[in-house]
Amino acid sequence: MIKFFLMVNKQGQTRLSKYYEHVEIHKRTLLETEVIKSCLSRSSDQCSFIEYKDFKLIYRQYAALFIVVGVNDTENEMAIYEFIHNFVEVLNEYFSRVSELDIMFNLDKVHMILDEMVLNGCIVETNRARILTPLLIIDKLSES
Amino acid sequence: MHVVKDLQSTNLLEVCMALTIVSQIFPREMIPAVLPLIEDKLQHSKEIIRKKAVLALYKFHLIAPNQVQHIHVKFRKALCDRDVGVMAASLHIYFRMIKENSSGYKDLTGSFVTILKQVVGGKLPVDFNYHSVPAPWLQIQLLRILGLLGKDDQRTSELMYDVLDESLRRAELNHNVTYAILFECVQTVYSIYPKTELLEKAAKCIGKFVLSPKINLKYLGLKALTYVIQQDPTLALQHQMTIIECLDHPDPIIKRETLELLYRITNAQNVTVIVQKMLEYLHQSKEEYIIVNLVGKIAELAEKYAPDNAWFIQTMNAVFSVGGDVMHPDISNNFLRLLAEGFDDEAEDQQLRLYAVQSYLTLLDVENVFYPQRFLQVMSWVLGEYSYLLDKEMVEEVITKLYKLLMNDSISSETKAWLIAAVTKLTSQIHSSNIVEKLIQEFTTSLDTCMRQHAFELKYLHKNMELMKSLLPVDKSCEDMMVDASLSFLDGFVAEGLSQGAAPYKPHHQRQEEKLSQEKGLNFEPYGLSFSSSGFTGRQSPAGISLGSDASANSAETGLKETNGLKLEGVKKLWGKEGYLPKKDHKTGDETEVSPAPQENMGMETIDQTLTTKDHSQVLTQSKEEKEKQLLASSLFVGLGSESAVNLLGRADTVSHKFRRKSKVKETKSEEASSAHNVTCSSFSPLPNAMYEEDYVTTLQDGGDKELEKLALGSELLASESLTELPLVEKLSDCSLSAPSLFADSDMEVFQPSPSTTASFAKEISLEASLLRETAECLHSDPTEICNNEIVSVSSSKIWKDDCLLMVWLVTNKSDSELKSANLEIFPAENFKLTEEPGSCLPATEAENTTTFQYNVQMEKPFTDANLCGFVNYQMMDTVCVQLEFSVNLSLLDFIRPLKISTEDFGKLWLSFANDVKQNVKMTDSEAGLPSTLKTLQQKLRLHVVDIIGNEGLLACQLLPSTPCLVHCRLYADVLALWFRSSCPSLPDYLLYQCQKVIEGS
Repeated sequence: MIKFFLMVNKQGQTRLSKYYEHVEIHKRTLLETEVIKSCLSRSSDQCSFIEYKDFKLIYRQYAALFIVVGVNDTENEMAIYEFIHNFVEVLNEYFSRVSELDIMFNLDKVHMILDEMVLNGCIVETNRARILTPLLIIDKLSES
Repeated sequence: MHVVKDLQSTNLLEVCMALTIVSQIFPREMIPAVLPLIEDKLQHSKEIIRKKAVLALYKFHLIAPNQVQHIHVKFRKALCDRDVGVMAASLHIYFRMIKENSSGYKDLTGSFVTILKQVVGGKLPVDFNYHSVPAPWLQIQLLRILGLLGKDDQRTSELMYDVLDESLRRAELNHNVTYAILFECVQTVYSIYPKTELLEKAAKCIGKFVLSPKINLKYLGLKALTYVIQQDPTLALQHQMTIIECLDHPDPIIKRETLELLYRITNAQNVTVIVQKMLEYLHQSKEEYIIVNLVGKIAELAEKYAPDNAWFIQTMNAVFSVGGDVMHPDISNNFLRLLAEGFDDEAEDQQLRLYAVQSYLTLLDVENVFYPQRFLQVMSWVLGEYSYLLDKEMVEEVITKLYKLLMNDSISSETKAWLIAAVTKLTSQIHSSNIVEKLIQEFTTSLDTCMRQHAFELKYLHKNMELMKSLLPVDKSCEDMMVDASLSFLDGFVAEGLSQGAAPYKPHHQRQEEKLSQEKGLNFEPYGLSFSSSGFTGRQSPAGISLGSDASANSAETGLKETNGLKLEGVKKLWGKEGYLPKKDHKTGDETEVSPAPQENMGMETIDQTLTTKDHSQVLTQSKEEKEKQLLASSLFVGLGSESAVNLLGRADTVSHKFRRKSKVKETKSEEASSAHNVTCSSFSPLPNAMYEEDYVTTLQDGGDKELEKLALGSELLASESLTELPLVEKLSDCSLSAPSLFADSDMEVFQPSPSTTASFAKEISLEASLLRETAECLHSDPTEICNNEIVSVSSSKIWKDDCLLMVWLVTNKSDSELKSANLEIFPAENFKLTEEPGSCLPATEAENTTTFQYNVQMEKPFTDANLCGFVNYQMMDTVCVQLEFSVNLSLLDFIRPLKISTEDFGKLWLSFANDVKQNVKMTDSEAGLPSTLKTLQQKLRLHVVDIIGNEGLLACQLLPSTPCLVHCRLYADVLALWFRSSCPSLPDYLLYQCQKVIEGS
């Protein structure tokens, strides 16, 4: 099960965070700093999976942006690792060449995309076209 | 409410968003309001709406499984949906349900296999592909489900061999996501019933992972290896050189995964090397979680496989000094118990204890080293108990050391309590000592009240040496001690107090209840108020108020005999609820960095040599290094080869545990069991009959289970009593843990029924007809046909007996010919325990006749709905054997029986239950009135109407075997307020749901 989904930049600023298990607000900041610290301390030739407390972190770096997913030990690490890439591909398709700024200024849309893909800690949709359908309809409505 | 409005909207987008919200955040109480709307959406023409509706139902299933149990049929429909997305969404629900109860969904295996075959074969629309791999995450989900279904089930596993083979073959594309699929495949292959061919292929896959230069794949390979190694340790031998390399990998994550792997293959021969490696890693790591985890594992391995005393004590010393105050308190508890209870050989025990004492004295000799508090506590207990093994003169010296520690400011007051307890024990062994006098003087004026108390105790005991010796006998920490737990010696004191007008003692729950009802006095909610004033007769009665020893009658029953030595008193605080002790406080900064590692070398010279030479060898030639690795490998993987040869089916634990824990209760238990074995074995019958054997084992198990229940009950009671009895409780729970395995073993053995049982069987068979007649008196359901073919028809009927549920299957032979060896078997189900009732095994079914098979069904753990599957097989005159499968649905309701109690008992019981649920239900037929509504409930749900007082009614029932649930209801106009209370947390919810159905339906 996916426990949380984080997008953090190299400076340690959280761009997006979504928790699928209740974590108290003040503990979230602490968790996020610790998580990013452990990801930043690793070099590129090291393994992308980290054992952190009783769960695992799977991270992937895109330019200055880290995407970190926390999962429990029943999850398949590699599947999540590729899922992160799938998510980025979807963002890329929607924003055409996505950048950190796109995510900062369209956080609502990124959240909608993520909600289409993950619900209650489960991967529920990976088909790119289907993920974007509701969002594209909304865009069309707001244009007209 | 907006969500409801949006759900009813005609705008697709609004419905879509409403469904997304429902499946993310939704309160449990609101489910009934939207459930029908969402069920409607399952038929929607747009697949996205159908998918989201299924996901919303998944959310409901997560938070309130009871409320969606009636739509399981619709889940099946979703699974067969023409759209891939909807089908994929339903898999989440199935994964969860199968995880909880795999036996109920075996019939779906074929569907899952077909779906996977289609996905693997590329039959899905192209847009589901990810980097030209068809729907990888869907494949992974399906593989997981298959793994759960095929576990320990040969017939089901056989269905999936083909598709697994194909998955392994297809996933050859060199892309990360195919590795993810392969990994899942390997796990599934090793979870299900094994097939050699597949295992070989999976092993080859693992090899590819482990040898990969990509680090992520290496990690995955190690993880897979760790998983499969438990079933096939020889695989570790194949990859031993890679494992050695990973052990020295620069990435700590890889290193840790490798240690995890080694932990699984540890045996008595390689334990020293593996523990050494673990300790090395432990010294490097700083993260608390890792330390706690690793320390636990080292302690476990050391206990299990320690080669000798010295090594064991040294390793435990390292564990205590590194793990210190963060480690799990069980580690030190277990260690002390191990020392105290000892093993089979008394001389060896003494040696171990003496060694421990000596090593602690050496450790305490070292200046300026700070040990964790927990370690000091362990030391003080061991020194207090076993210093008598030293020379007489040495005891004085030990006391001096303990005194020095007591005067140390950096030691917590809790540890000081342990220390002074140790001193007290030792004082009884020597005649007089200046140090003790000094200590008494020092601490009788201490500001710490606890210490002052201990000091005074010591002072007065010191004056009366005779009493002290009898109170603190040497080496008796495991002896039973009689304790008057009812505190009857205080009766006089209590009576005096009462006569002087003191308030009588009230038990805790009563006080709480009174406090609650006082609070309710200010509550204007009509229901609560009226309840507290309406007055059950038992409520205000002084039944709970007791005098003198009655107050602790409960403890008198269970606590009279305590296995716990009183000497531990004063130090027992360690086992309290606080968990971790306060962190050690250091005075000087530079000393904090001093690692409190034991100063002696680890007693593993031989390994040290290999390892140190290994370090040096790095400057030497490559070949030399290789040689060293080979050496390490041979020491690591020793004992994995032929001796523990491939053992796929069962993991036989052949290694003898040197440090086997001794538990007295357990021993008596096993004696009982073995005597049972003897009975069965001695009366050997020459007629082998598989059916009887099975039956016999079941009854044997039955007995065992009951025993266990009793024990578990006892331990619960004890746990609630007090913390002082903890060691006893631990023993009991130990025992309840070990007993099941004991009985699991007995499954393997072949039992022959004794002649007497066979005889009684025959008798009972002849009585079968009368049995059936008898059952007619109980409540029963009409037989319904559950499966048939042209020759036989099977129908089932439920008979709700007072103490159990009796399932009767009637197999009717419709043809003219005779059936040979007609037989009915039920698959074992997780939630039930089935006992075959006599009369089920007739040699042949007469033509045109009906055979009855009876099973006594007992529920093992509460569930809401479950299937009981089984099959009938028979043989026509000379044709092949035919098999017919069927399944029957059982609900919790089948296990509800009326509980016949008086109003007064109801009142008492009501107060003792903690779980309650309240709900107002609108009655459709408001004219009906309370008595008739209760009558309906009594008929439909088998509740017992205890009493009707005005517009209030009391009902009681029990869930078999004996979980009571009480209902209080009150009628206002057309609203019935229901209030449930039970000792089981899930029962009220379920009953409420059923009551609602009955009332709203009537």
